[in-house]
Amino acid sequence: MSTDPTDPSAPRVGVDEWVASHEQRRAYRAGVAGMVERRLERVPSPAFYLAFGIAAAVVPALTSNGYVIDVGLNTLLYMLLALGLNITVGYAGLLDLGYVAFYGFAAYGYAMLASPKFGLHWDTLAVIPLAVLATVILGFLVALPSRRLVGDYLAIVTLFFGELFATVYQNGEHMSFFGHFGAHDVTGGPNGIPNIDQFNVFGARIGALNYTAYYYVALIFFMVLLFAMYLVDRSRTGRAWKSLREDPLAAELMGMPVNRLKLIAFASGAGIAGLAGTIFAAANTAVFASEFDFTSGLLIIVYAMLILGGAGSLGGVILGALVVNVSLEVLRTPGHATWIFYVLIAATLVAKLRPWHALAIVLAGTAAFGFIVHAIVSSAWPRGVHGQAPVGGILGSGLSHWVILPSSPMTIGNVAFIFLVLAVLALTLLKGWWQKLAMIPTLYLAAFVWENRLAVEPSITRLILVGVILIVLMNARPQGLLGTSRVEIV
Amino acid sequence: MNWNLFLTELVAGVSHGAVYALIALGYSMVYGILKLLNFAHGDVYMVGSFIGFGIITVFGGATNLSIPVWALLIVMLLCAMLGGGLLGVMIERFAYRRLRNAPRIAPLITALGVSFFLENAAQLVLGAQYQSYDSFGWKSPIALRHFTLPASTVISYAEVIIIAGTIVLVVALTLFVQRTQLGKAMRATSFDREAAAMMGIDVDNVIVATFFIGSALAGAAGVFNGIEYQQVWPYMGFTAGLYAFIAAVVGGIGNLPGAVLGGLTIGLAQAFSIGYISSTFSDAVVFAILIAVMIVRPSGLLGKAAVSKV
Repeated sequence: MSTDPTDPSAPRVGVDEWVASHEQRRAYRAGVAGMVERRLERVPSPAFYLAFGIAAAVVPALTSNGYVIDVGLNTLLYMLLALGLNITVGYAGLLDLGYVAFYGFAAYGYAMLASPKFGLHWDTLAVIPLAVLATVILGFLVALPSRRLVGDYLAIVTLFFGELFATVYQNGEHMSFFGHFGAHDVTGGPNGIPNIDQFNVFGARIGALNYTAYYYVALIFFMVLLFAMYLVDRSRTGRAWKSLREDPLAAELMGMPVNRLKLIAFASGAGIAGLAGTIFAAANTAVFASEFDFTSGLLIIVYAMLILGGAGSLGGVILGALVVNVSLEVLRTPGHATWIFYVLIAATLVAKLRPWHALAIVLAGTAAFGFIVHAIVSSAWPRGVHGQAPVGGILGSGLSHWVILPSSPMTIGNVAFIFLVLAVLALTLLKGWWQKLAMIPTLYLAAFVWENRLAVEPSITRLILVGVILIVLMNARPQGLLGTSRVEIV
Repeated sequence: MNWNLFLTELVAGVSHGAVYALIALGYSMVYGILKLLNFAHGDVYMVGSFIGFGIITVFGGATNLSIPVWALLIVMLLCAMLGGGLLGVMIERFAYRRLRNAPRIAPLITALGVSFFLENAAQLVLGAQYQSYDSFGWKSPIALRHFTLPASTVISYAEVIIIAGTIVLVVALTLFVQRTQLGKAMRATSFDREAAAMMGIDVDNVIVATFFIGSALAGAAGVFNGIEYQQVWPYMGFTAGLYAFIAAVVGGIGNLPGAVLGGLTIGLAQAFSIGYISSTFSDAVVFAILIAVMIVRPSGLLGKAAVSKV
């Protein structure tokens, strides 16, 4: 509605030729960069996947740091989850908000069949296919009632299904039905199911807490599924899914079995989540229902990965999961997070702010503004600058002469956070020099809020960040990092 | 048949349903105009509840209240409605407006992001713990002069306030939508946005008004919930929003009387299943109702079957 017709990314009305030549019209950069870009484009994408697989396989050999392996395993599980969600959301365009429930369902399934809970210790080769199959059937059943309806209804049914799953499993320690059949402990309730068996194939079992072994298990599953998805992507079904996503009505008129395609997409996404769930249960040796509900943020994190990488792109799945999970891990330690925060802001300014003298003015202005504010506050209200910086080192001591650090930052920091959100929103409404001028106090406010509130509460900050990623990406670059931009034909 | 339990659950269900109905109205209005499921709507309700909590604190709380209780109640409702409405307008302006012509899935994912952002921002600013409304005797059982309720039936002042307040708001909304010019513009826009724009209706204004009114109702619902259950916390909007959503779908999304009927249905179903079956399965009962409605009457109890045009 408000698109500028001269903007190259704006939809062109009714010009089919323009649409058809979308790929050719892309201008390559001049010089070496353009040459490299062109060469890279000729390399088939499986080569990149293989390179990723090899790089990921040597990581455990390079480091003996258990933490790195642990994060790596988590990242691979996220990649598996994003790969499954990519089928449902990325290919078929169905909004599946109960996705995490399938992950939890299979994790609990594995836990029930291979733990002292019910005294069952089945062979892993039997449990994994069984759990995945059960998850596929569950996914099928959940999608069934909403198959004829528009995507919105599917979103509601799946969202509520996800919540229902978490509630039932959370309260499943006294299962009874209309007061009959006694009160059975099925899910362990809030205590979850502990002491889950390790993977155990024909008597060979993985040692307890051997994350390296699970890392390789997850990597192998991921690589196999990644290549399978590459083939699916180019297959009849894959192309049908994508046409369904672009225009369900046109797809139906072309004779595609729309309902069946939707159900297959939904159920296979659920199946991959199920596979990831079994690995998760075995590697962590315990499952809790609260890990799978909405407030844990797992669903939003997987969505953020998929959207950041670019929905519908396999490389995007790898990149998105890697970027999001590594940044969430980095945010756990305020020291690293503070460096990243300032570097990221500076990099964004350098990349986005033109012309160069505007950039120089904003940066110099922010620095000067900070020193002036600091000087005024330290003479007028000495307690305002005597707080403790959340990080030490050069950065911390340098910043303590620039950012105001009140000795009790709680209330003022909270108020400043609200003002920061308002200021950033207002910034998007301003244009030209007014915007650049307004940037100076906003940047300073951001630094103030970061030092006094955000860096102090990393566990909340990471979740806020995930929400912001979704909002900003959807508004600014809906195709993500590696996705192809959509060409709209009106 | 235990009539006491029945009557208690009936009134609890209706007052609970009234809160769902108020939230569901906002969902329904926005969906009717933009065809957007506004997942952040439940969090507007949460913010409204916190505004009410803040007003109680500002006026001194239960121990040294500086104004009469009825005046406090009115100030709470007005502030929560105003704050909720402004928040709703801001969400529309900054998160959804640019995506109005984007593929359907883009605003939905943005709405998820907004919801998650609001919940965690509230957790940062207000703390993760439960806060408690002072009760001012609202929860004490009601006593009537000429009419005696069966013994041990519990109907509190809070429930009466909620039901009466909801009736007033719903009647006001109906009059607004049916009788005023802006209400007429809203109905026209929800019927066909492009045609309405061609007839000279400022669609942007209508959408802003819709978000304001819908979110104001959610803010009022937040205060009502605080009066009845006392507790407020940052994640309260998710669950309540979810039930209200289902209420809107069960009643027929986009249909305002349907939203009220759906809210009452879900509230009653929940109250009776907690009273007669088990609180673990009350969610399952609501889910069963949702699935049943979607299979038997996909357009909802009061919704008209959609005729899709090409």
